[in-house]
Amino acid sequence: MSAQMEHSEPGVLKKYLWSTDHKVIAMQYLFTGMAMALLGGFFAYGFRMQLGFPDHSVPGLGLITPGKYNALVTMHGSIMIFWVAMPVLVAAFGNFLIPLMVGCDDMAFPRINRLSYQIFLLSVLVLLASFFVKGGPFGGAWTAYPPLSANGAYNLTPAGAVMWLLAVALEFVAFLLGGINFTVTAMNSRAPGMKMYDIPILVWMIVLANVIFMASVGPLIAGAIMLLFDQTMATGFYDPTRGGDPLLWQHLFWFFGHPEVYVVLLPAMGIVAEIIAVFARKKIFGYKTVLYTAWAVGFLSFVVWAHHQFVAGIDPRMANIFSITTLLISIPIAEMVFLYIATLYGGSIHLDTPMLWALGFVVEFLIGGVTGIFLGSSGTDIYLHDTYFLIAHFHYTFVPIAIIATFAGITFWYPKMFGRMLNETLGKIHFWGTIIPFNVIFIPLFITGIAGDQRRVYNYALFAEQSRPELQHLRTMSTIALLFMLAFQLVFLFNFFWSFRHGKEAGSNPWRSATLEWTVPSPPPHGNFAQMPTVYRGPYEYGLPGHAEDFVPQNVPDSALAGEVKA
Amino acid sequence: MTTEAQAQPHVQHPNYVKVWAILVALLVVSVAGSMTHIREVVLVAAFGVAVVKAYLVAKNFMHITVEKRWVPYLLIVCLLFVFILFAGVAPDVMRHSGLHWTNPSANQASQPAGEGAKRE
Amino acid sequence: MSATAKPLANTRNGTGIPTARLITWWVIASEIVIFGGLLASYVMHRIGHPEWAEAASHTNTWAGAFNTFVLLTSSLCAVLAHKAADAHDGPRAAKLLRLTSLGGLIFLCVKGFEWTADIHEGFVLSSGGFWSFYYTLAGLHGLHVLAGMIIMLIVAADAAKNEELQRVECIGLYWHFVDIVWIFLFPLLYIAR
Repeated sequence: MSAQMEHSEPGVLKKYLWSTDHKVIAMQYLFTGMAMALLGGFFAYGFRMQLGFPDHSVPGLGLITPGKYNALVTMHGSIMIFWVAMPVLVAAFGNFLIPLMVGCDDMAFPRINRLSYQIFLLSVLVLLASFFVKGGPFGGAWTAYPPLSANGAYNLTPAGAVMWLLAVALEFVAFLLGGINFTVTAMNSRAPGMKMYDIPILVWMIVLANVIFMASVGPLIAGAIMLLFDQTMATGFYDPTRGGDPLLWQHLFWFFGHPEVYVVLLPAMGIVAEIIAVFARKKIFGYKTVLYTAWAVGFLSFVVWAHHQFVAGIDPRMANIFSITTLLISIPIAEMVFLYIATLYGGSIHLDTPMLWALGFVVEFLIGGVTGIFLGSSGTDIYLHDTYFLIAHFHYTFVPIAIIATFAGITFWYPKMFGRMLNETLGKIHFWGTIIPFNVIFIPLFITGIAGDQRRVYNYALFAEQSRPELQHLRTMSTIALLFMLAFQLVFLFNFFWSFRHGKEAGSNPWRSATLEWTVPSPPPHGNFAQMPTVYRGPYEYGLPGHAEDFVPQNVPDSALAGEVKA
Repeated sequence: MTTEAQAQPHVQHPNYVKVWAILVALLVVSVAGSMTHIREVVLVAAFGVAVVKAYLVAKNFMHITVEKRWVPYLLIVCLLFVFILFAGVAPDVMRHSGLHWTNPSANQASQPAGEGAKRE
Repeated sequence: MSATAKPLANTRNGTGIPTARLITWWVIASEIVIFGGLLASYVMHRIGHPEWAEAASHTNTWAGAFNTFVLLTSSLCAVLAHKAADAHDGPRAAKLLRLTSLGGLIFLCVKGFEWTADIHEGFVLSSGGFWSFYYTLAGLHGLHVLAGMIIMLIVAADAAKNEELQRVECIGLYWHFVDIVWIFLFPLLYIAR
């Protein structure tokens, strides 16, 4: 009962900056993540301009020197993964939706929740501060391999390197705290009647993502401490001349780094699942199979990591093993995609903007997945590793995750979060204006990659054996497509902010969805439910024959339905 | 699903001082074993005792055996991941040569000086 | 702080484990991989570098053994505090928690003397592979001891007023975990030659 949470109306500062309400904290993560996305996109603009128009001054950034280029790619990668994908997909959607979807009034530990955002914000500030130190931000790539990352004389950004590492470490702590809070809430705080298989897929996915994160980040925290000491205390953990081994960092990094991609993938797939069910008016095909394959993916993700290191000097016999496990992991993911397609089959498809994004995810991620096969086989990877083929592959997985699924989630839950509908026409313009340029950016890069273009090279003209002027038109085409894609984001930003005041009023359930968050007002009040719900059925009861409505919310008792059944 | 504010006692409390005494005795054994300088005795005394002590603390102090079953399973899985990490990394970091590769710095360091630097 | 109303989410009990204890187990699970990762890295290097045995022989086994004894005893106090909390005897639980904290303080002081001696002999963090790992491992553990002590004193303050007694068991669980990590650190750093 909301009587347990009596409050007097708080002041502005307390309401927006010091709140423990999960919905406010979600907004904090969402807006911070969106702001960082603009920064990450701006950096991509910077280095793609250099690649598309080498040695021309870039508007807004000036001439891109090698050091600047390195910093741009490092910051782009780090920001997009740690400060956009994680906070938006895991923290923002998780914070907003988990208590609502499981039918309780907040997270189990609201003050730990607030603390996690504060630590996250601190990590953002440390990272931003690194832009202003001597040498500038870290330029050793988001993978930070030593000795480059350990030695300021090599990376030329000694202060930036330390600050980047601290920012990443703080971000890890924030997500550890937040993650166990989500897990405990989903495990313990569910509404009466919500059994394990009545939990919406998205909640399962976010919880699983947090468990994967928590179990994989530990060794990297250990590794980061060692790298920090190598950077600042003259230790030699990764220095072979002093008894250390740079490969150790690589292994520790990727032991986390690979599960991390599933940490962001699973919530994205969860968002897509929720949307597909609603806009096909059909329950998820094989709910339990989706769940079990997600668990399988989660476990397998821990035994594939060295496929990032096939050409790094690992023992080739280990490469054999990791090739096999990597190819294996494509099976459960493909299975999940099949289940989504099976959900669509025979459904009553409504192509509203969220559904367009969800379908876009499935198509684009498929391309990302199949191109991964060539990289996961160690033989072909010898040629393709660190070429633009790799870059195109991981953008065909990451962009669906961090951009497409994010827009799917935002366009779907915007009415619930802000009480207004987004403009559908602008939404569709934004969708096509993002998806088409996205493909035009990266398909040429598959081609240049197979032709041999190496990544992290700021100007091919300087390396005789790599300079292939005949490919330049592809590189330039990719850059121009990026400019279009960035321009279309203005449509989204306009729609997002304009609809705050001018969007059509949403009501509590504009999409006619069966899950619990749609049973409360939009936006939900403090405490969420005026009367705590009891759950009587699963989350995807759509298209039931003989009922007046084509969906049945989870909290409606059977007795209330009796009168509805048509004769 | 119940709501509850106070912890209901969910464990029986054994004689904790007795458990503590056993732990201290085991500590003495491990230190004594280390002073024998016989490699096998030292290792068994050190690590075997450590495993036993850890189990005693987990069982008697943390009451892990009366906790819901999945809790120790979760912790064991985390431990399993550490072993998987070890298995995947040790062939590169613990060993100093393998199929088509060597680590000459490490090889040189682990050989006592004067035995002739053995490369390749 | 204990006067803040708790959300319903905190008091519900879907798994049969109260939320405070549930979150404590998850914290312990995440700490297993943190320490496990660092320990695995150390073990790999130690086995691959038998020449580190010379450096390792300089650690003070008696200081290590005494510290092991101190932590074991403090764990005893922690679990007796749990027993007191179960009997709803908050003041007694608080007293025992404070004794546990005192054990932690003794541990850290002994470590302080031990490290001072090591540094005087010239063994610092950058003195070579073994010492880098030694200080990092023991240092990370020591930070966890310190954090545990601080949280323990906060829990004791509430427990003395018979408030939030369920937290006594939880901080105890964390403390036992820190004890177990040391149970493995002791042979790794002080005995294995």
